[in-house]
Amino acid sequence: MGRLLEVKNLKTQFKTEGGLVKAVDDVSYYIDEQEIVGVVGESGCGKSVSQLSVMRLINSPGKIVGGQIIFEGQDLLKYEANGPEMRSIRGAKIAMIFQEPMTSLNPVLTIGRQLTEMLELHLGMRRNEARKRAAELLSLVGIPSAESRLDDYPHQFSGGMRQRVMIAMGLSCNPKMLIADEPTTALDVTTQAQLLELMKAMVERFRSSLVIVTHNLGVVARYAQRIYIMYAGRIVESGYCKDIFRRPRHPYTIGLLKCVPRLDEEEGRKLVPIKGLPPNLINMPPTCAFLPRCPYAVEQCRKEPWPELRLVGNQQYIRCYVNTEERIQ
Amino acid sequence: MVENATTISQVSEAPPRVSEWRRFRRVFFQRKLVLFGLVVLFILFFVAIFANVLAPYNPYIGNLEESLQQPSAKHWLGTDLQGRDELSRLIFGTRTALQVGFLTVISAGLIGMILGLVAGYFGGIVSMIIMRAMDALMGFPMLILALVIAAVLGGGIQNVIIALTVATIPGYARVMNALTMSVRENDYILAERALGSSNMRIMLRHILPNAMPPMIVLVTLQLGSLILAEAALSFLGIGIKPPGAAWGAMVYDGYRYMLTNPVLSFAPGLAIMLVVFAFNMVGDGLRDALDPRLRGTL
Repeated sequence: MGRLLEVKNLKTQFKTEGGLVKAVDDVSYYIDEQEIVGVVGESGCGKSVSQLSVMRLINSPGKIVGGQIIFEGQDLLKYEANGPEMRSIRGAKIAMIFQEPMTSLNPVLTIGRQLTEMLELHLGMRRNEARKRAAELLSLVGIPSAESRLDDYPHQFSGGMRQRVMIAMGLSCNPKMLIADEPTTALDVTTQAQLLELMKAMVERFRSSLVIVTHNLGVVARYAQRIYIMYAGRIVESGYCKDIFRRPRHPYTIGLLKCVPRLDEEEGRKLVPIKGLPPNLINMPPTCAFLPRCPYAVEQCRKEPWPELRLVGNQQYIRCYVNTEERIQ
Repeated sequence: MVENATTISQVSEAPPRVSEWRRFRRVFFQRKLVLFGLVVLFILFFVAIFANVLAPYNPYIGNLEESLQQPSAKHWLGTDLQGRDELSRLIFGTRTALQVGFLTVISAGLIGMILGLVAGYFGGIVSMIIMRAMDALMGFPMLILALVIAAVLGGGIQNVIIALTVATIPGYARVMNALTMSVRENDYILAERALGSSNMRIMLRHILPNAMPPMIVLVTLQLGSLILAEAALSFLGIGIKPPGAAWGAMVYDGYRYMLTNPVLSFAPGLAIMLVVFAFNMVGDGLRDALDPRLRGTL
């Protein structure tokens, strides 16, 4: 399968009164066609900003200051952020689903209107045609009596249903890639599972790639083929999902996995939180950003700058000096 | 594309359908005063449209022999100094008042809303230029500004409309600007951008409809005060040129004969009051009926 998206050395910064916030600092990753990839990290680690950068939706005071975003062989950073080229990519080739289904739909337009708008805009469909397709999409994402519900307003749908509508909207133009930014965070747990199953089924059906941005390792564990773990604006570990879950190498990933409850473990195991807080992204030290919270830190960590990603296993990379496997034993 | 649509999992049935229009009607027509305002406005429109048919006499040409007559069967509201039938002038005054009110609201509303929308959506330097200009205009009291403009341009219905338009644009721009800024921050605008909509499309299709209910209320309430402002301008002699029929000018013409012919001032004064009251009542009713907090209730 071919490479769909390749992000190289992406840097996105925000100018604030307090100083320069390096929200995304030198991040490189790739997405293959029809692949499901997870981007995991806690709040403020740059996972959403990196995805918005790919969509070129970073608003002032934010700015993409460097790097390349190569999508289907074209560098998206060469296009004007709001120019016709980007507009024809957004929604048609790369679609995005947001966290809050309650506020992600326009309250004054019917669901049908919002769905057909995309079809008319990107695929040049006529109104009748678009309406038919919209009804099809709605029933595809599991909304009953789809035809009649096209005339309903968003407030007549529940949160889970709205997220289904969002998925239908995201996939309406058959995009190559769907970015789901914390798609299930605002929903209750049973709905979360349903929606993740639905998304997986839908991207398989539409032969799209899926990027799941989440702070919840449990969400990606089951669906993603590969994952990227982000911390303080950088990728700290990447690799195949099963490898990372079986043998996490970066201290941060190890910490994350220790604070996820598991059913298959012996009784009495205590969840171990990661002590401390993520660093302030203004005035970051040159050393590893995780150092203050790291239980495995060695002398080298304090003296030398944050290392580059290095290969530690089968396609598994970490940004750390410590050979954690030895240290744990 | 996949054609045969099969559902992944069916979810529970749809909630009961609530008609927005039905709810609007229920709230809007519930209040007696709103109904009263509507009836008054309806009558006024009728009178304004059919002024030619309804007026018993020519409102512009008087008969000097019948100057300053008391109300009688022949002249229901009496005649003015030049012997013109007061009732006919009142009827034609309705036309002037509504014309000025509506044309001003339309032109000022359109210009103000566009300015506010653009300023609110783009922000930054665009917003600064537009909104500071609006602030400068707002620095003058509306009537003083209209007076100055009307004095410079001269009287006449056209110039009154221009004067009042310039004087009221900042109000619409301000409200629209604030509404745009708050609507713009909603997730669905970001989602809409993520779906590839252009700025123009987002502004017109997504922000404008969301900002509409408060604007409708503002426009309706403004109509009353515009008619009042037009009357004030005419009263001060800078409005509609004689022999044109304007309520404000009629009040002014009549007040010198307040003791002998009180009807000459009171009738147009009452008409002004009634219109303003009616527009305010309807505006209040609209405000309640368009209240977004009521959305979805029965």
